[in-house]
Parts: sequence; C-alpha cells; structure tokens
Amino acid sequence: MSDTWSFDGWEMVVGLEVHVELATRTKLFSASPNRFGDEPNTNIDPVTLGLPGALPVLNRQAVELAMRLGLALNCRVQRSTFARKNYFYPDMPKAYQISQYDEPICVDGWLDLPDGMRVGIERAHLEEDTGKSTHVGGSGGRIHGSEHSLIDFNRAGVPLVEIVSRPDIRSPDQARAYVSELRAILVAVGASDAKMEEGSMRVDANVSVRRPGAEFGTRCEIKNLNSVRSVGRAIEYEAQRQIAMLEAGEVIRQETRHWDENDGRTHTLRSKEDADDYRYFQEPDLVVVDPDPEWIERVRAALPVLPAQRRIRLAEATGQTPDAEAVLVVTDRGQDAYVLGVAAAGGDATRALVYVKEAFAELGEHPSVPPTDLAVLTRMELDGELTATQAKQVLAELVAAGGGDARAIAAEKGFEAMDSTELESMVDDAIAAQPDAWAKFCAGEGKAMGALVGAVMKASKGQADGKAVTALLQQRRQEV
Amino acid sequence: MSDRITPEAVAKVAKLARLSLTDDELQQATHQLGDMLDHFADIDALDLAGVEPMTHPTPIANVMREDIEMDCLDRDEVLAAAPAAEDGRFRVPPIIGLED
Amino acid sequence: MSDIDHRTPPSSVADIAWNVRNNVTSAADVVEAHLAEIERREGDIHAFNLVLADDARARAGEIDDAVAVGRDPGPLAGVPIALKDNMCTRGIPTTCSSKILDGWKPPYDATVVTKLRDAGAVIVGKTNLDEFAMGSSTENSAFGATRNPHDTTRVPGGSSGGSAAAVAAGFAAAGLGSDTGGSIRQPAALCGVVGVKPTYGAVSRLGLVAFASSLDQIGPFTHDVADAALVLEAISGHDPMDSTSIAQGPLEISRQLDFGVMGLRVGRITDLPEGASPDVVERLEQAFDELRDAGAEIVDVEVPAFGYGLTAYYLIAPAEASSNLARYDGVRFGHRVEAPDTNAMYMATRTDGFGAEVKRRIMLGTYALSAGYYDAYYGRALKVRRRIADDFAAAYARADVLLTPASPTVAFHFGDKTSDPMSMYLCDTYTIPSNLTGDPAMSVPFGTGDDGLPVGIQVLAPALQEATMFRTAAELERRAP
Repeated sequence: MSDTWSFDGWEMVVGLEVHVELATRTKLFSASPNRFGDEPNTNIDPVTLGLPGALPVLNRQAVELAMRLGLALNCRVQRSTFARKNYFYPDMPKAYQISQYDEPICVDGWLDLPDGMRVGIERAHLEEDTGKSTHVGGSGGRIHGSEHSLIDFNRAGVPLVEIVSRPDIRSPDQARAYVSELRAILVAVGASDAKMEEGSMRVDANVSVRRPGAEFGTRCEIKNLNSVRSVGRAIEYEAQRQIAMLEAGEVIRQETRHWDENDGRTHTLRSKEDADDYRYFQEPDLVVVDPDPEWIERVRAALPVLPAQRRIRLAEATGQTPDAEAVLVVTDRGQDAYVLGVAAAGGDATRALVYVKEAFAELGEHPSVPPTDLAVLTRMELDGELTATQAKQVLAELVAAGGGDARAIAAEKGFEAMDSTELESMVDDAIAAQPDAWAKFCAGEGKAMGALVGAVMKASKGQADGKAVTALLQQRRQEV
Repeated sequence: MSDRITPEAVAKVAKLARLSLTDDELQQATHQLGDMLDHFADIDALDLAGVEPMTHPTPIANVMREDIEMDCLDRDEVLAAAPAAEDGRFRVPPIIGLED
Repeated sequence: MSDIDHRTPPSSVADIAWNVRNNVTSAADVVEAHLAEIERREGDIHAFNLVLADDARARAGEIDDAVAVGRDPGPLAGVPIALKDNMCTRGIPTTCSSKILDGWKPPYDATVVTKLRDAGAVIVGKTNLDEFAMGSSTENSAFGATRNPHDTTRVPGGSSGGSAAAVAAGFAAAGLGSDTGGSIRQPAALCGVVGVKPTYGAVSRLGLVAFASSLDQIGPFTHDVADAALVLEAISGHDPMDSTSIAQGPLEISRQLDFGVMGLRVGRITDLPEGASPDVVERLEQAFDELRDAGAEIVDVEVPAFGYGLTAYYLIAPAEASSNLARYDGVRFGHRVEAPDTNAMYMATRTDGFGAEVKRRIMLGTYALSAGYYDAYYGRALKVRRRIADDFAAAYARADVLLTPASPTVAFHFGDKTSDPMSMYLCDTYTIPSNLTGDPAMSVPFGTGDDGLPVGIQVLAPALQEATMFRTAAELERRAP
C-alpha cells in the first residue's frame, strides 16, 4: 500500500506535524471545561482569558494522556519544561502560547505502518490551543475583506499534543497510512477522539523533493489539511509543484502554504523570512515536569493492545497478511477481538473474518451475535453443510435477530446438505441433457462448464454447492 | 553615543512589541538602550562556561492539579467589561497582517 | 520635619487586633481614625489611587458584629490595610497605575486579599505605584507621584511608594507591596517603615499582576518588626493555584522574635558594591556594632557576583515583563484605541496606554529575548543569576544573616533621577540579589541620615529563614539610634 512515489526521478520527503486535542475534562492550565460545541465564551476563566494576575496550573490528566500516547508511539518519556512562544494574535489571549519547546515530554519514538514501514517520531509535546476567530462581512468567512472578527475563547487553553514525525515519509500513500494509523493509536489509548472533521486532530505537512540520495531540498509547510484524503492530495500537489519549479530552474523558498480543498492547490501564506520572532523562553509561572519511573511504568502497563499488534494477531489467526484489507478494516472497526472470539468458540477464523467484515459494518465494536452462534455457522459452511450463498442468508438472519441457532435457521429455510448420490444424478442428468456442452467441456472449453453448472443449480433450486458441482464435473471428465 | 544598538534594531523591537515610536522617541530610545547595554557589558568578562541557567528561584517540580471542572466566569459580566463585544464574542477590527 | 501623628486609638497591628478581638476597641473606631487621617493628609501625600471608605466601614461593621456574637474575626481583626494597586480585588478597580488598565475591575480576588479578609483585616484603599511596579520613586505612575510623608518634596521610593507612604503617614496600620527588585524594601527605607520581601514562593502570587514572574513576591509594610511578622504570617502559606508556591504552611516568625541574636553569625559582605552615601554607610557600621554588642558574631563573607546582579536583573526582569505585558492588547479588557485593523489597534492601544518607563523596559526585554541576542543577553543573565545564587549559598554557609544598606541614599527629590534611567536603576543595587536568588530580605528603620531622613538597614537570610531574619531585625529595631 505504501509504494514508493517517484516522478521523473524525483523523490518526495515528507514529515508530518499532527496536533491532537486531548480527551481531558478540563483545560491544560485551568479548570474550565474542555468541551466542543458549547455556546461561545462560556468555558472561560481568568487563565483562559489571560486576565492580569491569573496563573496556570498544569492538568495531571493531560500529562498522563501525553505519556500514554508517547509510550504507545515507543517514545522515551523525559523531564520536560514549558516555554512561552510570544506572538500577537487576537485568538491568543496572553499574546503567548505556553508550549513545550526545547524539553518536550516524549522523544525518539516510532510508528509502524501496516505494511511494516517504520516512521520515526521525533517528539510529542504538550501545548495549549488557541481560541477561534470568525470573520464577519466579506465573502465566505475569509479574513480578507472582512469588516471585523469575533473571538470565542472556549477552545483557548484546551490541551494539545503535537506529534512531530521524522522526514521518513516518501509517498502520499505512506502519509495517509501514517495519519490513519496515528489516529487509530490515539483512539485506542483514549488520548483523543481524533476527529479531523471537528478539528480535534489537525495535520501540517513539511514537504520537499530531491533526487534520491541527495541532500534534503528546501521544504514548505502545508497547513489546513482537514482529512486523510486532503493530506494525500496536498502532498502530491505540492511535490509536483516543487518539481516543476526545480525543473524550470527556479528556487524553492521556505514558506508556509495553505491547502485549498476546492481548487486542489497550495497557496503561499507567508514566507519564513518575515516570520515572527517568537522569543521563546522558559515559562516562569510553571515548574519542571519530571514523571517518576513508577508513574511511567504504571501508564505503560495500563496501555491497551495497540492496532498494529491486533492486526498481527488477527492476521495470524486468519491466515492473512497484516495489511490485508479485511484485517485492516476489521481491526480499524475494533471487531478483531470478536473474530478471535468466534475462533475461540470453535469457529473458523477465516470465515468469521469475512462474515464480520461484510455483515457487521454498521455495528461497531461489539456485534450483537454471540460468538458461539457465529462459530456454529462457520463450521457448517466449512463442513459443507451449507453453501456460501446459504451461509450468507443464515448470517443475515442471525444479525437481524441478534443471534440464534444457525442450524435451526438453516433447517427452517430448508437448507440441507444435498445427498451426494442425489447431486451425482443431477450432474449426470445435466450431462445427458446437454451433450454439446459436455463435448465442449471435455475438449477443454472452460466456458462450457457454466451451462452444465447452471443446469444443476436450476435442478437443485439453488441448493447445490457450486464448488461441489464443479468438482464432480471435473471428476466425470477424467473418467471419460 | 553607544554603538551597541542601532535605531533600526530599536525600530524592529518596537514593532515586535507593538509599540510605535516617533522619530524623536526612536532616537531617544536608541540612546537610552545603548547606555543600558553599555552598563550591562560588565557581565561580558565573566567566564560562565558550564554554568547552568537559573530560570526559577526554587527547584520545585511536578506541580499538577486534578482534572476537575470548576465554575467559569460569567460571560455577560466579562463581555460587558470588554472593549467591544458582539453575539457572545469579543469583537476586533479586521485581522490584517497577522494571518497565521 | 516629621509630621507623623501618634493618635489615641491603637496604631500597631498587634494592638489593634488585640483590642478589637477582645472588644476593647471597635473596628469601626479604628477604621474611622485612619480614614480621618487619610482625609487630613492624603491631599498632600497621594498615597492612594482609590480610598475604599465605604467598603472599609462596612467591613469594620461586620467585624464588630462578629465580636459581639463571640466569633473571633482573626489575627488581623480590624487592622486597616493599604493594598498596592497591582493586586486584584473583585469588582474593585485594579489599575497598576497604568492608563491601559484604567477602569478594569477584576472578576476575582488575589489570594492575599482572601487571606487578609479571612484574618479579619480591613482594606482601606488601593495604593499608588510606579506603573506596573517599574520604578524606584513612584514617579512613573499614570496618576501622579506619591510624596514622602517625611518630606513632601521628596519621593517615597518605589515601586510600592503608595503603600510605604500610607503606613508612614498613619493612613493604615499595614500595607502590602510587591517586590521584584527592591520595590518593598527601598520605599520602606525611604519612608522609615519596616518592609519585607519574603522567600519566593512563601506568599501566593495569584492575583498579583505580574511584572517579572520569577522575581515578584508580595510582602508587608508596617510600623514595626513584630507587626510585619503578624501580617506575613497571615498572608503566607501554600496556594495550589500558584505553581511556584512552596508546599508548606504559613511562616512561623513571631514566636522567635524576642530570642535575640546571641551567637548568631552576622555576615559583612567585604566586596559589597560601592555607591552607598556616607550617611548610610555610617548607619550600616553602627548596625554591625550594635549586633556585636547584642552578642552576635560578625563574620566577613564574600559575594563576588553581587555586583553583577543589576545587569542580570535588568535583562531578566524586562524580558519576563515584555511577555507578561503583551496581554494588554485591547482585545479582552481594559483600554483600547480604535483603529482600522487589529494590528493597528494593538499599536495604538499599547502606545497610548503604556508610559515611557514601561515601554523602555518592554523594548529592552524584547531585545534581550530576540533572535540573535538571546544567548548574549537573556541566556547569559540566567547564568549570572545562578552564579549569584551560588555565591550567596557559599556566604550562608558561614553566616546566618547578612546586612547591607537597603537603599544607597535617603529619599531623593522629585525629578533627580527621571532623566537618566540608569541612575534610577542603581537605586536597586543592594536589593536586587535577593530577588534573583529567591531568598528573603527586609528593611528595618535604623536612625536617620542626611537631612534627618530615615535610613533602612537590609537584613538578608537564606530561603525560608524568615524567623532568623526577623530576630535580627527586631534586635536592630530595639537598638535603633
């Protein structure tokens, strides 16, 4: 899935910076609720508004969630400090953002993509979110041409973790896979709901291009990537843009660019040369965060099994590869444990995987059909008591009823395994009825088999197992 | 007059700090800041290799609060005291030259 | 030319609280006496930005009611307090003597305000200061200077000049100030009152409008050392809402006040920076003599980095201030000057709202932190700070307390130092190191100097050794010339 991307001998080099809002009850440095969708400026307090005299106090749960996701990304949790990033913007109440700068809490980890490709994680650090501006007047809520702007500080101070990858990504597919995998991990460890559409997960991409093996090229930072799809599209576009410029003999300027979903292009936002001078310095109102080893080990021990391990486990049980589509889909839906449960109840894991992938799409983590009931169904199909078509119908009944006795349902529907002598006579009848088709089949024309199988299916009113019919026909041909 | 800081550097600093200076103020600020920096050059002679920077007077660590909600400020009271408000929010003039 | 009135109602914190708690004097009488004094002389002194006469009377009534039903209003029962106008008071203007905060009413109380109230104190007004506590004369106030009650042609010192003058003039039995580089101790010295900068973290900073967060500390002004101990005991103690607050109970000082200095090692800093005027140096020598007579051992110590404190301080404090004062942007509260776009509004608001000294320090601090200069200025200053702390730690291995002048001179005239910022900064030479190290220090009146004006001796001690520091100050007070 993550094939290397190349274009006229150029390679892209991508690093991703992902901001996620942590699933805490309150803000990073104050006790206002961290809640999406409330009335504007209702979740505010002196710290959130940056009122004179207000002081921040760190939320322990935010630290714990940052540690949790850091450990899930194989990072080292270390002694960390907070700094002030100074800049003026109306949605930044204190005119500085409190963020971990030179001493982040999590460093040096990695994330394995489903196909085994490893992306390095440079760091994951805590910081506070900004408020939200709405631009009034002008067109389409844009800054330009607006008459004034309105600020809501509900989001200001919401805890964020910024996860910075190493520039290991080489294709849009890898970038997409990275974002999906990261999202799955965040949800699995309970660190964030990671909803890109609600902005609780936001992706920036650093993109450059080079000839393979050459030094890194000048990179541009792409902002406003609001879906996994736009991550892929924007990176693809940006790499092509840079290649075109370089091939035309132009020079890439380091700059921040904005992805426009509508026109499918990136646009210059500001060049780095006139970027603000953030004047970082250590936040004097906060003290060092130095989690003791016991705390770190307690968090590590409480981590759930992560998606990558779950995929491997499911793949091994079902005889698939970890990046097989059914394995990816079922694990992503959190139904992998259910499939393993069916296998544990004596069912056939491979069939259970197929059933679950196809029949339980809407049902979320815990399909209502007891694993033992599904196990019976998989065995019936495996043992030839039911054809695949019949099994599918029984499955639909089981899902609709939330479980039941597969054998009874099959009986009710009149699905009975056909007696082999009965089937043999039907096959012989079909051969006798269509001598031309039989002759062609014997002469090696594969297509001719369809007519013969069709006749048997018709005669059996669809109850015959197609595979068994084919096998019998081939057996008869050898006997000729 | 000290050459430790130029009027251009002072102008840049004033802009970063969102302060505007008249030409006279710029000259005066350059002069005064230059004098100060001359005075502060006394530490240039110190050998500070290996000295750990001291950011806080007391070596406190791990001060954290529990993740428990407390009462918020009253929005109407806060907005009534704001320079400009509209529709439950703080109002500012168009945001130009500050795009993020 | 002293014009301090000694009236009949008790005027010390200890006496007022004892009398009110025991129903000997009413809080109402105490408050009225102080309000009358304010009425009489505030026009000459201008200690206050706001006198809270009605609030104070109402509060005094509550305290008397409590006493009447047998409830103890607390250790500061009925004590009139002057509060520096950079501490937040819910619903009451808090201006920092700056136009940019004119009219702003905080929606919450500073922790010290809550603690004062819980102790039964009565806040009589918000006192004047150098804008955002930046200055050493209170001349930088947007609302006009405060005058020294001992000589109204002279400054009261600063930045907490209003609180120092209020106590010196008898407007309040005690005052609270904030001290970032000497802003309690220097005005205390110039006004002839006791002023204490406690150990950093001993008193909560929540609700103190920040100047330089790693240096700011709130402390008391009082007429005498015992009163200062009472007020400091009432306002100190752990505050979970201030991450830099030290996790221990209130300071315990009063119990040891009368222990004397027998056997105490009092350090004389042999390499103390020069600059103190002869009258002040003479009093310092006399102080050492008196403590020796009282049984202390005078030991010579060196603090080689002492003199670099001024530079470290004037890089670190403005750097932090440049960031702390960035929030005054006209968006959420306070002053705004309208302009066509937000960036222009920022410029107009801040340019109009801040005074010259505040702008100067914001620019200096911004410069010290900016790209290309951080290492040479701010980063280097932090290392000098460490060096100073190390030197003091070494000195405290040999001495229990140290003595220096609190201010290089007695109170100076208005305008003497306003044209040359550096000359004003030199007022802080002796007080700055304690802010950099976080250690406690206090100024105690010790006789007079030139023109019969008060001289303050500074007693310095290691972190959390307030009890020893106060014992020494109490001895000096008993032996003051």
